Amino acid sequence: MAKQSSTRSAWRPLIWLLVLIIALIGANGAGVLWNGASWTPKLALDLEGGTQIVLTPTLQSGETVSPEQLTQAVSIIRQRIDAAGVSESEINTQGSNNIVVSIPGQPDDQTLARIQASAKLDFRPVLVAGAPSSAQIGPDGATITPSYDPSLPNTPSIAPSNGSDLNWITPELQSRYLAFTCGSDAAAGVNAAPADEPLVTCDDTNTVKFILGPVELDGSDISDSTAGLITTQTGSSTGQWAVNLVFNGAGTAKFADITARLNGLQGSLNQFAIVLDGNVISAPATKAVITDGKPQISGGFTQESAKTLADQLKYGALPIGFEVQSSDSISATLGSTQLQSGLLAGLIGLILVVVYSLIQYRTLGLVTVFSLAVAAVITYFLVTLLSWREGYRLSLAGVAGLIVAIGITADSFIVYFERIRDELRDGRGLESAVENGWRRAVRTIVASDAVNFLAAGVLFILAVGNVRGFALTLGLTTIVDLFVVSLFTHPVLRLLSRSNFFASGHRLSGLDPVALGAVYRGRAQFAAPSAARVSAGKAAKSAKEAARRQTIAERKAASSDTDVATKGDD
Amino acid sequence: MAGLTSLGNDLYTGARSVNFVGRRKIWYLISTLLVLVSVLGPVARGGFNFGIEFTGGSEFVVSGVPGGDQALATDAVTAVVPDVAAKVSTLGTESIRVQTTQLTDEQTRQIRQQLATDYGVTPEQVTASFIGATWGQDITSQAIRGLIVFLILAAIVMALYFRTWKMSLVAIIALLHDVIITAGIYGITGFEVTPGAVIGLLTILGYSLYDTVVVFDKIRENTLGNGADQTKTFGQQVNLAINQTLVRSINTSVVAALPVASILFIGAFVLGAGTLRDISLALLIGIAVGTYSTLFLAAPMYAQLRQREPVIAKHDKKVLAEQRSQQESVSA
Repeated sequence: MAKQSSTRSAWRPLIWLLVLIIALIGANGAGVLWNGASWTPKLALDLEGGTQIVLTPTLQSGETVSPEQLTQAVSIIRQRIDAAGVSESEINTQGSNNIVVSIPGQPDDQTLARIQASAKLDFRPVLVAGAPSSAQIGPDGATITPSYDPSLPNTPSIAPSNGSDLNWITPELQSRYLAFTCGSDAAAGVNAAPADEPLVTCDDTNTVKFILGPVELDGSDISDSTAGLITTQTGSSTGQWAVNLVFNGAGTAKFADITARLNGLQGSLNQFAIVLDGNVISAPATKAVITDGKPQISGGFTQESAKTLADQLKYGALPIGFEVQSSDSISATLGSTQLQSGLLAGLIGLILVVVYSLIQYRTLGLVTVFSLAVAAVITYFLVTLLSWREGYRLSLAGVAGLIVAIGITADSFIVYFERIRDELRDGRGLESAVENGWRRAVRTIVASDAVNFLAAGVLFILAVGNVRGFALTLGLTTIVDLFVVSLFTHPVLRLLSRSNFFASGHRLSGLDPVALGAVYRGRAQFAAPSAARVSAGKAAKSAKEAARRQTIAERKAASSDTDVATKGDD
Repeated sequence: MAGLTSLGNDLYTGARSVNFVGRRKIWYLISTLLVLVSVLGPVARGGFNFGIEFTGGSEFVVSGVPGGDQALATDAVTAVVPDVAAKVSTLGTESIRVQTTQLTDEQTRQIRQQLATDYGVTPEQVTASFIGATWGQDITSQAIRGLIVFLILAAIVMALYFRTWKMSLVAIIALLHDVIITAGIYGITGFEVTPGAVIGLLTILGYSLYDTVVVFDKIRENTLGNGADQTKTFGQQVNLAINQTLVRSINTSVVAALPVASILFIGAFVLGAGTLRDISLALLIGIAVGTYSTLFLAAPMYAQLRQREPVIAKHDKKVLAEQRSQQESVSA
């Protein structure tokens, strides 16, 4: 009876494992059917090629780009790309002006926007808001289009006392505002002004035209930004996406000052504008003094665009604006022969591992082989899933990492098998040796895998670029290792330990107590205490006690042996 | 191979053993020499040979050559500068991109000319520019920050798990030992340091620590509740633990090394220089050194560190006296 129920308990993890694998394959299949996923993992730039985008800075005449600005821009673009997934893209400078972004596959507009938008975020108070067109109805009823007269005075006659002071509006600014046409002028880049001067611009849907005061707060004061759904006061979701900002200390104080001032003003002066790359993306009215420094930007976002903006704001504005100069497909830097050779080498290596395991562990080696096969299947589908969901790309270095993982995965089995053998050497029966060996082995396996997982986690969070790809591979194989050894290898061994072939200690089983020296160590001595064993602690104690007697006797007998062995190792 | 099984039996009982702890001075000397060579070797050779991913370099684009043969570009570069390996890829449908290490103006001019001649285009259709590193300073500094955080956390986790900071200390020392030696191989052989090689080095970092934790867990188990085993000094207990896991260490390193060795073999002898060779060399050396350092460096250092603790020193003294008296009675 007891035996039957423990057989059932050995089958249970195997069934779970089967469910897990079917779920993985099912998720993948669903992706292939409905979401354009693939049954094979996507490959990285080095193996598959991709697109090379050359970005060139948009400079006003006389402006130059410093090497520092370029390096900073490369770093920011890299973080933005990393935020979108683990694609192992390459970003570098070209000449003294350009940035080259090489990404695997074909970038869509969203990706291009993510890369090149400078994401300069400013907060400016609204001075005047009006209709988007420059056309006006004249006194005589005819439509007139005022033209901009730059010769008008452009210094305020009375120095403005704060950002909301209407004295900012000089005759020159008034003329510029009247002549400004949303859409055409904004596209022409006229909507730019130094941070300490007022700005004429429109909102991003071109429905409102603004005169804005000088910049009072900018993106550098943001410490974090996330995309999220707007919730009502009762906590229910409105289904609209917004970007939530968190200001740093200085930003929070400045923002509190601004809202305190605007809260007392009327009309358009009550609004402040959130300006992204020259366009007003939101101009909310101030309803209260905000002192916690956590404003929310709303306004026609999709989930994708909210996340893109949140990422851009988090990693900071590009020091200069860029535009795409050219975009070309690029072939793989490593020939397909490299991947094929790598896979071939991996296969040869695997066969060698199989042969070695069979020689070392006889039939038990087959358990290693099957466990590795299960690990390979799970890893394959996880990689494929990740490449679909997270944009993970397999590079040649990644393939090599997976091949090294064979060693770390197989180590778990080896640790486990050696523990079982140790227990057999102590004179245990096979079933209890498997249970006790597992209890000891699992500690070691979990401890060592925890260290690997720690490395993977820390590097995934902190590192960028290729190192992040490595961290993902490491974390993946570590988890697979834990799953396979506990849900496959151990249950299979429990079942095998009840089979006649193993339980009788067949010479080819790899768990032959005679070959393992259990008899040599005086099995009769152990048989009695092992039957009477109550607790594992006691068992260990008596084993140790026996070992002690043994060792003294053996040391005398085998002292000549020892010398040979140590000499041989020198 | 039954030999390894019966060796395992003898190692388990202590009938045969390798004196890891007792002969530690020899191992320390070997490790010191290896580390010195790994540090001085690259210095003597003039530093590491970093790939263009780290240093940036020169880039040529040949345009107007639909379906152009990539091999022509490789040959053109080697014709001018023999020891420079070129990274060639096609750009769009009718351009060829060639990247090399930083070249002098004269070399650049010559290669432009050569490329134009070989592809049968005018020199104007070959543009040359400098490119920056794809593995920029930002990646390096972020990676280093990540590593430092990881090492601190790993040391804390190990100290908590093993209940002694001494294991953490020697594990980290062994780790540095492995990384220095593996990196040293690149400096000494002059193999190009590519991002792949750095990833290989990181893999070794993980493997080294992993291997140390596995062996230390056995040491922890054997020396738990010290004083129970009155027949062995602390050092002898540690030594027995290493010997008991020796078969595991051998099997694991062989199993880990076999696939890597076959990559190295195929990478180096079938394909010649390339990413595969660069990564697998680091990995193979690292696996060997990682296994070695756990057994020969970390464990003896740990035993040495703990031996000075008063409780253990007292225990060892007693055990040694007992062992001496037994030996005397045997010889008498």
